[in-house]
Amino acid sequence: MDVLACVKRVPMVGGRITLTEDGQEVDTRMSGFTVSPHEECAVEEAVQITEREGGTVTVLTLGPPEAEAQLRDMLALGAGRAILLETGPGEWGPQSTAAAIAAAARATGPYDLLLFGNEAADTGGYQVPVRVAHELGLPCATGIKALEVTGDGVLAGREYRGRQERFGLPRPAVISVKEGINLPRYPSLPGRLRAKRATVERLVPDARPDGLRKTMLTVPARENRRAEILGTGPEAVPALVALLDELGVLP
Amino acid sequence: MTVLCLTELEPDGGTVTDASLRALAFSRSLAGPAGEDVTAAVLDAPDAALASEARAALAAAGVRTAHVADLGEAAGYAPLAWARALAELATTGLATTGLATTGPASAVVAAGTDHGQEVLAHLGAITGLPMAANCLTAARGDGGQWRLTRQRWAGSLTEEAVLDGDPALLTVATDAVAPAPAETPAELAVAPFRPSLADGDLTVRATVSAERGGGVSLATARVVVGGGRGVGGPDGFGPLEELAGLLGGALGVSRVVTSQGWRPHRQQVGQTGTRITPELYLACGISGAIQHMAGCLSARTIVVVNTDPDAPILAHAQYAVIGDLGQVIPALVEAVRARQNPVR
Repeated sequence: MDVLACVKRVPMVGGRITLTEDGQEVDTRMSGFTVSPHEECAVEEAVQITEREGGTVTVLTLGPPEAEAQLRDMLALGAGRAILLETGPGEWGPQSTAAAIAAAARATGPYDLLLFGNEAADTGGYQVPVRVAHELGLPCATGIKALEVTGDGVLAGREYRGRQERFGLPRPAVISVKEGINLPRYPSLPGRLRAKRATVERLVPDARPDGLRKTMLTVPARENRRAEILGTGPEAVPALVALLDELGVLP
Repeated sequence: MTVLCLTELEPDGGTVTDASLRALAFSRSLAGPAGEDVTAAVLDAPDAALASEARAALAAAGVRTAHVADLGEAAGYAPLAWARALAELATTGLATTGLATTGPASAVVAAGTDHGQEVLAHLGAITGLPMAANCLTAARGDGGQWRLTRQRWAGSLTEEAVLDGDPALLTVATDAVAPAPAETPAELAVAPFRPSLADGDLTVRATVSAERGGGVSLATARVVVGGGRGVGGPDGFGPLEELAGLLGGALGVSRVVTSQGWRPHRQQVGQTGTRITPELYLACGISGAIQHMAGCLSARTIVVVNTDPDAPILAHAQYAVIGDLGQVIPALVEAVRARQNPVR
C-alpha cells in the first residue's frame, strides 16, 4: 500500500492572532509554524496503515522553502519520502494548489491512497482534496473519522448531524480526515535522527490563476469583554450558584 | 436568474434543517438586491411531491420554486450525484419539468456543513468554478465579480476576497445569518425532477445508521462544563462530569486534553472539535487559545474558573471565579446538591 499524505504549513497561534500591518498575513514574528492539525492525523493514519499492510508513506506539501521543516517533522512521525512543491512567498488558492498536487501525484506516484486534512486550519477552503480527486479521476470522501482498508478498497466513516455515515470506495481513492481519527504519536529519537538526514525532493509547481483571491484580512470586532469577578476560591460558590440560578440552568 | 440553494431536510422529511434555513436566509440577501428569486434544490426528500410541512417551511423562507429530486433507486446522500444535480439546475434552470423554469443561477449556495462543503467542492471541480467556503457576506461587484467576506481560522479571522464565478459557489458560515423567515412568504411551486447522472456519480454513497445513543450531545447541550490543562491529568475530570450531570449538561474539553489522551476526541470543543451553542459554558482551567474559542464563542454566557486572572479567556467571558477548579468545582457540586435536596 503506497500512501501519499498531503500537509500544510500554518502559523502556530496561541491566545490571539495579530496581523501584519498591510493586513495580508498573520504576524508570525513572535510565533512559529506547525502542520495543520487534521493533516498531522492524515500522516499518522498513513503510517498506521503501512505498519499494518506494508508499503510506503510519502508526505507532500506546497509552500515556501521553509516548509521543509514541516516535512521533516512528518518524516520523524514515520513517513519515508518527502516532496516539497516549492513556491515563492504569497498564497496559492485552492484551484492552483489542487492542480499542482494532482500533477505532482501523477509525476511521483502511483499511490493507492491519497490522504488529506479536511480543511486547512488557516484558510479553511474545504475543497483541495475534492479537486485533486477530480483532476486524477478518483473517488473521494471527506471529513472522515474512521478508516479501514479492505480487499480492494477502503471503508470510510464519519458522523453527520448525530448519525453515522459510511462510504465504501474502491482504491485508489482520495480521503480527507479530521482530527480524532487517531492520536498522532510523538516522534521517536531514531525517527527524528532519520528525518534530519533524509533528502527532501523539490519540485517547482506550475502556477495558474485562482478564481477566489484574498484582498485583506481583518480581526472580527468582538465585544471587548472584561469578565466580572465573582470572587476567589470556594468562597465565590454562593455567588456562582446565584448566577446559575439567574441563568435558569439549575435543576 | 435565480439564487439556487441546496436545502436539506431532517430525516422526518418534513422539517428543513436549521443550517439550511440559514442558507436560505443568506440566499435571500443575495437575490433581493438583484431582483432575483430564491430556488431550493431538495435532493433528500422521501417524497418528490414534498411533505406539506416542508412546503410550508420553504414558502415561509421565501422560496419561489423547489426542485425536488426523484432519485428512485439512487436515493440517499451521494456527494458527486448531488453536485451533478445542482450543476444541471444551475445551468438549465430545468425547463424540462414543464412546471417551473427558473433560469440559470447567478449563485449556488449551501450551508457550511460537511454535506454543503463537500457537495459544493464537487460542483466547483466538475464546473471548473471557484468556491468560497464559510461566507459571512457576499455582494455583486463590478464586471460580474463578487465581493465577499468569509471566515478563516474557524471565524477568528475574516477574509475579504473577490470571486470570479458565474455562478458564484458559496457556502454560508453557520453563525453568519439567523434562520429567520422571509418578510413576506412566497407562493411556492414544487417541481420534481430526475437528475441526469453520469457513470460513477454513485460510486461514493452514504450508508446511514441510527443515531449514537446515550448521553447529552455536546453540540446541542444547554450547559457545557469545560475542562482544560488546569484539570491536571486524566483523573481530575470526575467533579466536572458530576457537575455536568447535575445540570443536565455535557462535559467538553480543550485540545490539549485530547492531544494528551486524557479524554476522547469527541469531547473536544474547538476549531478541530465540536462547536457548542449552550446557554452556559463553564470553562474550568482553560486558558482560551484561539483554537478553543472558535468552538465556544456562540455560548450565550461564558463563566470562567481559573487560577490566572490574566488568562486570555477572561476577555471573552462575562463572569469569572479566580481559584483552583479542584476546590471550586467540588464546592459547587455540593452547593447544587444541597439546593436539590434541602436538609429537612
